[in-house]
Amino acid sequence: MSTFLWVVVPYICLTVFVVGHAWRYRYDKFGWTTRSSQLYERTLLRIGSPLFHFGMLGVVGGHVIGLLVPRSWTAAVGIDDHVYHVVAVGGGLVAGIMATVGMVILIYRRRTVGPVFSATTPMDKVMYLFLGVAILLGMWNTIAGSIFTLGGEYNYREGVSVWYRSFLAFQPDAGLMADAPLGFQLHALVAFGLFALWPFTRLVHVFSAPVGYLTRPYIVYRSRDEQELGSHTPRRGWDRINK
Amino acid sequence: MRVMAQMAMVMNLDKCIGCHTCSVTCKQAWTNRSGTEYIWFNNVETRPGLGYPRTYEDQDKWKGGWELNKSGRMKLKGGGRFKSLVTIFSNPKLPSIDEYYEPWTYDYATLTDAPAQEHTPVARPKSLISGKNMKISWSANWDDDLGGSTETAHRDPMLAKIADKVKFEFEQTFMFYLPRICEHCLNPSCAASCPSGAIYKREEDGIVLVDQDKCRGWRKCVSGCPYKKIYFNHRTGKAEKCTFCFPRIEVGLPTVCAETCVGRLRYIGLMLYDADKVLEAASTEDEHGLYEAQRDVFLDPFDPEVMREAEKAGIARDWIDAAQRSPIYALINTFRVALPLHPEYRTMPMVWYIPPLSPVVDVVQETGEDAEDKGNLFAAIDALRIPVEYLAELFTAGDVAPVDAVLKKLAAMRCYMRDINMGRESDPSIPAAVGMSEEEMYDMYRLLAIAKYDERYVIPSAHTEQAHSLEELGTECAVSEYGGGQHDLFGEGSGTPTPIAVENFEMLQNRQTADTLAGPENKGARVNLLNWDGKGSPPGLFPPKGPDS
Repeated sequence: MSTFLWVVVPYICLTVFVVGHAWRYRYDKFGWTTRSSQLYERTLLRIGSPLFHFGMLGVVGGHVIGLLVPRSWTAAVGIDDHVYHVVAVGGGLVAGIMATVGMVILIYRRRTVGPVFSATTPMDKVMYLFLGVAILLGMWNTIAGSIFTLGGEYNYREGVSVWYRSFLAFQPDAGLMADAPLGFQLHALVAFGLFALWPFTRLVHVFSAPVGYLTRPYIVYRSRDEQELGSHTPRRGWDRINK
Repeated sequence: MRVMAQMAMVMNLDKCIGCHTCSVTCKQAWTNRSGTEYIWFNNVETRPGLGYPRTYEDQDKWKGGWELNKSGRMKLKGGGRFKSLVTIFSNPKLPSIDEYYEPWTYDYATLTDAPAQEHTPVARPKSLISGKNMKISWSANWDDDLGGSTETAHRDPMLAKIADKVKFEFEQTFMFYLPRICEHCLNPSCAASCPSGAIYKREEDGIVLVDQDKCRGWRKCVSGCPYKKIYFNHRTGKAEKCTFCFPRIEVGLPTVCAETCVGRLRYIGLMLYDADKVLEAASTEDEHGLYEAQRDVFLDPFDPEVMREAEKAGIARDWIDAAQRSPIYALINTFRVALPLHPEYRTMPMVWYIPPLSPVVDVVQETGEDAEDKGNLFAAIDALRIPVEYLAELFTAGDVAPVDAVLKKLAAMRCYMRDINMGRESDPSIPAAVGMSEEEMYDMYRLLAIAKYDERYVIPSAHTEQAHSLEELGTECAVSEYGGGQHDLFGEGSGTPTPIAVENFEMLQNRQTADTLAGPENKGARVNLLNWDGKGSPPGLFPPKGPDS
């Protein structure tokens, strides 16, 4: 069972994540967008969206540090566990609260503002469910697990993080995850579900974060495109095998 | 010198009767889809008036276009690259739908479905955004013909600049129409604002386009364009803009708006310009100098050196010929009667305007004096400061002198030609008063008043050896090859791209077979005017004829 949950499922989700993105990018560049609803409603978005997105940037940054940097490295540069814990929980709380509050505002807006709600696809709703549950479970782990230590002391840097690195190195150690508290297990599972959904939702816009804008010339010139114009045979999608 | 060719347009405002035919045919051709209801690639504004979207010219508020920083270098008025990325999650300068208008349709079915009753049934307006009943309170041309302008016109940002002199009273007012399309600027701030780099300027003809496959819907172009001529399609989540009807231009046809203009006031032709000088010209410190600076960027297509450099730059011989015959070059540089719209935005716009003499003529006529007399007209141009200053705010960043000069040329043409038309001896002192020869004056008259089709539109077609890459000629595979896949899986319009011609064919078919009005099940349905050559009735505009008719 633990092999299934902590080896098979994660790798399936990772595969779907990678292959799904490649496929979507080839097949559906036109659908690759943020699907902004700012035109419909701006007041709530003005507060909720930056809160959520900046919060999420913090959350993602925190996960990268927490999951990918081994305990021995931080110890080597002289950061002891207590300092690390305080910084991680403090930063995590701030980012997490920002993301949670932002998300609550955005979901409230999505539900109550008529035009925004009617522009919501079923895929959006499923995605919101996974994203929301993942964030709430993450907050629970931070607050209940790390601050009030409900259910006993657990240092994820000795458990979850090690498993995650072993997972990325294709030598997964399922036992580490099986020993983790339920909150962490659920959080990881929901997150993997979200990763599997990712390529098929509007979340793909994360991968078009326009950092290239900082360096490219202002005005783009392009020749009338021989290759990309629509007059050419369309690229193959998933269902064109009967050709 | 780096010679580039630019497809450009000039509009002769004296001839505009404000019929909105250009807007309607453009809409039929390009934005007759859901998500684009409020999008007018071409719109006609009554000036003085608020424009579309409302008060778009107030750049203190909307922060569109460029400005000079303290060291005299160009920067985007909306803020630099870093600021742009930091505010990407909620664009603070994006106009809300209220600044445009909430699009609607009518519940027409009740007109025929309603049971017999005492009162005539009415079709209520339904919002195309929320689907609910709505009260219509604004639209794309709500203040058409100065309707309600006593209430709203004081908010016209251009009028505000000369406001202390304006009494907006019905008896003293003036008005004219201003048709607007995308300016296809030489220094487009929309393209510069686009974080994804999806907006590009075509090397061949300078047409500014949005790559729909690269656009990620960040909406920065909407706020970056000072003319607000980039719109956000709220269904596909992508930016859309006037395309200068490039599939038509590529095969030598004028744009739909120009082709269908009943006043024949639009001119289309090529301009050659020196791409190396654009930035320098746009950085001219004095706003009043921008008009002249932009004129200096244009190259004389008769200059042998320019011709040589153009050929080196890969511009074909027939394109250089077209640039020589270009009505745009004649109006901008030879006769100098065309002026750019809002040069102070520093985007180097390429749709220019011949300012209207009609506000002046109207006033002279009302006094009972001869409105074709040079003395009267010249005196009126000098005396009627308000219309002239207003025009200057639009076309020369407030500098009255160039507007004065153009209006006097137009007035002189009127007087000079009257003598000829009445069979009298022509008076060479009239053209001389505005620094023109008699022959030049007659040529200008011919271009402005006779305005033959071949002289208004000098559009060199793209070359046949490139035919396979032209949209209109796309013949590589049959129509049936397209559209077999699963459409709309990730929202409207997702999936592989379809050539415009094929897309139109499909939409036509869908529209003809759809039986819903608002929000048709196939969201793409529209009538195709893009390929219509003006003969017969455009396919899809009327329902198919039944078997008995």
